[in-house]
Amino acid sequence: MIPAAFEYHAPRSIGEATQLLTSLGEDAKILSGGQSLIPLMKLRLASPRHLVDINAIPGLASIQETDGVLRIGALTRESDLEDSELIRTRYPLLFDTCKVIADPIVRNLATIGGNLAHGDPANDHPATMLALGAEIVAAGPRGERRIPVAAFFTGPFATDLKADEILVEIRVPGPGRRSGAAYLKLERKIGDFATAAVAVQLELGADGSCERAGIGLTNVGETPIKATAAEAALKGKRPDEATIQRAAELAAAAARPSADLRGSAEYKKDLVRVLTARALRKALERAAGGR
Amino acid sequence: MRVQVAVNGEKHEADVEPRLLLVHLIREVFRQTGTHIGCDTTHCGACTVLLDGRAVKSCTVFAVQAHNRQIMTVEGLEQNGKLHPLQEGFMEEHGLQCGYCTPGMLMTSYAFLKKHPAPTEDQIRHGISGNLCRCTGYVNIVKAIQYAAARLGQGDGR
Repeated sequence: MIPAAFEYHAPRSIGEATQLLTSLGEDAKILSGGQSLIPLMKLRLASPRHLVDINAIPGLASIQETDGVLRIGALTRESDLEDSELIRTRYPLLFDTCKVIADPIVRNLATIGGNLAHGDPANDHPATMLALGAEIVAAGPRGERRIPVAAFFTGPFATDLKADEILVEIRVPGPGRRSGAAYLKLERKIGDFATAAVAVQLELGADGSCERAGIGLTNVGETPIKATAAEAALKGKRPDEATIQRAAELAAAAARPSADLRGSAEYKKDLVRVLTARALRKALERAAGGR
Repeated sequence: MRVQVAVNGEKHEADVEPRLLLVHLIREVFRQTGTHIGCDTTHCGACTVLLDGRAVKSCTVFAVQAHNRQIMTVEGLEQNGKLHPLQEGFMEEHGLQCGYCTPGMLMTSYAFLKKHPAPTEDQIRHGISGNLCRCTGYVNIVKAIQYAAARLGQGDGR
């Protein structure tokens, strides 16, 4: 399959890239890892007239923790997250997630920035970032702006990014002392999108009550979903089995899945309930020092 | 656009349209047909090559993205008429039947063993999970990779 013809641009700096995007407008698409965009172009579901390849821009691929904030450069490959000692030891939710995205060969090119900027509700990092309360940093011709991830996904394959902006960094608040997390995904086979998946991030107080709960849902709606009612049901409570069940039901109620080859809407909603309960239990186990 | 690429250490140049995919550059322009096109939709991994040492699906990379970079294909495994331990392993352990997925399997396994020189079976199975084989049921492919890991571990270092 051959994509429609396009003009190729490979800017060397963010300034050069945003200038290009400003002048090319809606006719341009950003090429990052290309593992979603190139298949779409081959299927002619996307036919951008210009591709702005950001891979040659230095400084966009890094993973660092400074002043209690994890900063991940947008061009960081999923496989680099998977290999990062920092991610493996401090950010179990991200570690769980990057291991189940597509397949290992795709992950060698696929980037975390692309996974978010694509705005696909079936992608995995959106739910993860909703659970973590992350912030998106976008660079545009007027400088940088920070977008809370809860305001980032505006519709199916649509985000708050303007046509002349580039997602350059993701900022994740560092984990507290008693934190635990889990990402549970049901997929028909490796490389498939989730039938449904649930991301949970918990912060516990000294008395074991839940100080903060973040829950994100993958592929059960037109956008990634933040299960706010389920989060509220956990906050301030000791997460016993009854509380877990109640939160899981609220998460299922927040899901808006549609039926497809992966299952009926009813099945997917119930799957969200089951996966939320399991993810909460696993997160609690990890908060208590388990793996 | 002009692209310069080193394929298995040998410099190649071509004028290409930006929309040309890397796999077509390798097969149709450079005439190195060991790399296969399978599903053409980023699923099967038959087109896997190494781009600067990383295994990638060459049906999902534009040729222009490989400009000034190193590519290794299945043709680069054999050295001085001697098969790579992975190729030997696939022969000895019957790691192929129709052979269509084999070039991709070999390149994925090559990159995988560089990163995991002494892998567990579980690691191998996850490592090749982006490459589909419809003949073998994977059992003999896993054995072939284990064969190569053992040989390479004994100092047949390549």
